[in-house]
Amino acid sequence: MTLLLAVSGTARAQTASITVASTTSTEQSGLFRHILPLFKRASGIDVKIVALGTGQALDVGRRGDADVVFVHDQAAEEKFVADGFGVRRIPVMYNDFVLIGPGDDPAKSAGKDIVAGFKAVYNAKSAFVSRGDKSGTHAAELRYWKQTALDPATEKASWYRETGSGMGPALNTAAAMNAYILADRGTWLSFKNRQNLKIVVEGDTKLFNQYGVMLVNPAKHAHVKRDAGQKFIDWLVSAEGQAAIAHYKIAGEQLFFPNATK
Amino acid sequence: MIADAFLQALALVSSFDPAVISIVWLSLKVSGAAALIGALIALPLAAWVVQTRSLLREPMIVLLNASLGLPPVIVGLVVYLLLSRTGPMGALGWLFTPAGMIFAQVILVTPIIAALARQVLEDAQQEYQDLFASLALSRWQSLQTLLFETRFSLLVLLLAGFGRAIAEVGAVMMVGGNIAGHTRVMTTAIALETSKGELALALALGLILVFIVVVINIAAHYARQVLRRRYA
Amino acid sequence: MRSAALVENKSALVELVGVRYRVRDAKILRGVSLQVHPGERVALLGANGAGKTTLLRLINGLISSSEGSLVSPPVTQQAMLFQKPPLLRRNVLDNVAFALKRRGINPIEAEQVSLQTLNRCGLTGLSQRYARALSGGEQQKLALARAWVTRPTLLLADEATASLAPAAVHEVERLLLEICEQGSTLIFATHNRGQAKRLATRIVFMSEGRVIEDRATEDFFASPVSQEAIDYINVERV
Repeated sequence: MTLLLAVSGTARAQTASITVASTTSTEQSGLFRHILPLFKRASGIDVKIVALGTGQALDVGRRGDADVVFVHDQAAEEKFVADGFGVRRIPVMYNDFVLIGPGDDPAKSAGKDIVAGFKAVYNAKSAFVSRGDKSGTHAAELRYWKQTALDPATEKASWYRETGSGMGPALNTAAAMNAYILADRGTWLSFKNRQNLKIVVEGDTKLFNQYGVMLVNPAKHAHVKRDAGQKFIDWLVSAEGQAAIAHYKIAGEQLFFPNATK
Repeated sequence: MIADAFLQALALVSSFDPAVISIVWLSLKVSGAAALIGALIALPLAAWVVQTRSLLREPMIVLLNASLGLPPVIVGLVVYLLLSRTGPMGALGWLFTPAGMIFAQVILVTPIIAALARQVLEDAQQEYQDLFASLALSRWQSLQTLLFETRFSLLVLLLAGFGRAIAEVGAVMMVGGNIAGHTRVMTTAIALETSKGELALALALGLILVFIVVVINIAAHYARQVLRRRYA
Repeated sequence: MRSAALVENKSALVELVGVRYRVRDAKILRGVSLQVHPGERVALLGANGAGKTTLLRLINGLISSSEGSLVSPPVTQQAMLFQKPPLLRRNVLDNVAFALKRRGINPIEAEQVSLQTLNRCGLTGLSQRYARALSGGEQQKLALARAWVTRPTLLLADEATASLAPAAVHEVERLLLEICEQGSTLIFATHNRGQAKRLATRIVFMSEGRVIEDRATEDFFASPVSQEAIDYINVERV
């Protein structure tokens, strides 16, 4: 017990820090490694990122286990705020989704139209890996299926595989199965185990993926670090923060596009 | 891939990358503390089970043996709910901290240490009960002597507990949150690198983990022999 | 059955009257009566399953009987030797000093007395060795030293030399006699007829949980009365 206390004691004695529940895609893309040191220099505040699926990240916020939630599923975020768990949803940036598929594109789904691409995969019964974990990416995927008026998840189609895992593990699965998969561009660009996969659909405006940030409501959870959390949010949408986001690149390619509206 | 991982592991170790060192150090601290605290709970528990005639004895043995198979993820989930701000222990603020990870791992290692210690103590008791009775030792004296007589075996149990703790990923991932520089340990780092498709790097970290576990076991093996030799 | 009380003017150290012992349905002892007086050296003889070990364990208080009455010295004044000595995982000296320290004797004095006893048992040079690494004979001599150091009124031995080499058997026997000369009373179970002749002043011959003969050693071997004893002695001779 004393050991436990000693360890937690050192944790508490550290400089001001906040806990941010965010998504695996933002964490794994390397964005936080790029912008957090800049924020620390500006504010002196340490940011601890817990990377989860959007659904789980919102749940962590709902329980009061994080000070700030930074995710990408607009409908779920708005419900989070409407239910009183978040103070206000502030758009910060967007990236985009891409449809990844086998190099020889057996479903002939390549193009600029994501809905047409999904239909082609359905008709060809080509293997498709779904996150299946209620993440923002999963929510987006289900939205596109809805627009095709097809529903492989409910049909339990044999070629449609729900992995129930994060973006990276799902990409590993798709690489191993040589399957189609919807991914965010950031994770795809920093993903190393691509095997035979490549981008088949990109550039559709429907594929834009908006990120929003919210302070967990201190009225619900009194221990929320309101001031430090608000500072982080303010910095993200400030000119400095937005520039930091825009400057993050992998192999010369910009991953996130700041679009904060104050 | 494997050869690549070996080279990367060597590079990681020889570069003394502070991020890697802090991850390794946190792993050792968290799992070491969990094994020690687990032993402090498990040994009295095992000793009680060995000498008691209470009706709770048999249920406790079954409970201990059954909890050997506790999946770390379940322990992680339960501890997560306990430590969550809205949970019964939320006020401690232990979620996403090393203290919380230790707490979860204590739950994982205590049954192993207790179940094995019970076996060790019971075997020793079989051997010594006539001697103790004919020396008219009290129950408490017998127990003390049993613990002392089995001290070398109990040291190995501590290692078994440490081994389970440092190798598990499910509980520390859920309760620690794999926060870079704060709660990231070797196993969660391996899981992360795997999910980023950095398979060689993940394997390199895995090699370091295996290497550390082996080194600790070798050290303990010789420490045990030296202690024995010096003593005897 | 006649009692062979050799020292009539002293009261008995151990006295059993009609003692029975059973484990579930198996009757291990079927009514044993026995008196042992101070200074005696009593050998329990008989085939396996005759009840010798059970009798020793009852006297030592390791088990208790369901019927009959039993009087024996308090357990702190007894010591028991086993066929396989249960040695502690410590060095030789600590094994001997253990019993004394547990009885509240100060450690320095306990170690001095223990060293003297080890000396007598011919184990002086081994006092710092790990006890469980000793040879079988040395281990049994160590167990003897551990018994001796407490100056027991009553010494019990259950097949204490059964797994030893002949040279070690003789050393242990010599030490047992020496302990008895210093005032201990000895009751021992053995299969070794020669040992019974060499050590015992009296033979208690048992069969199937009963005492069949109880006589001075010379008388027993010279003229066994019961058929069981005659068979036993003959089988031993083959």
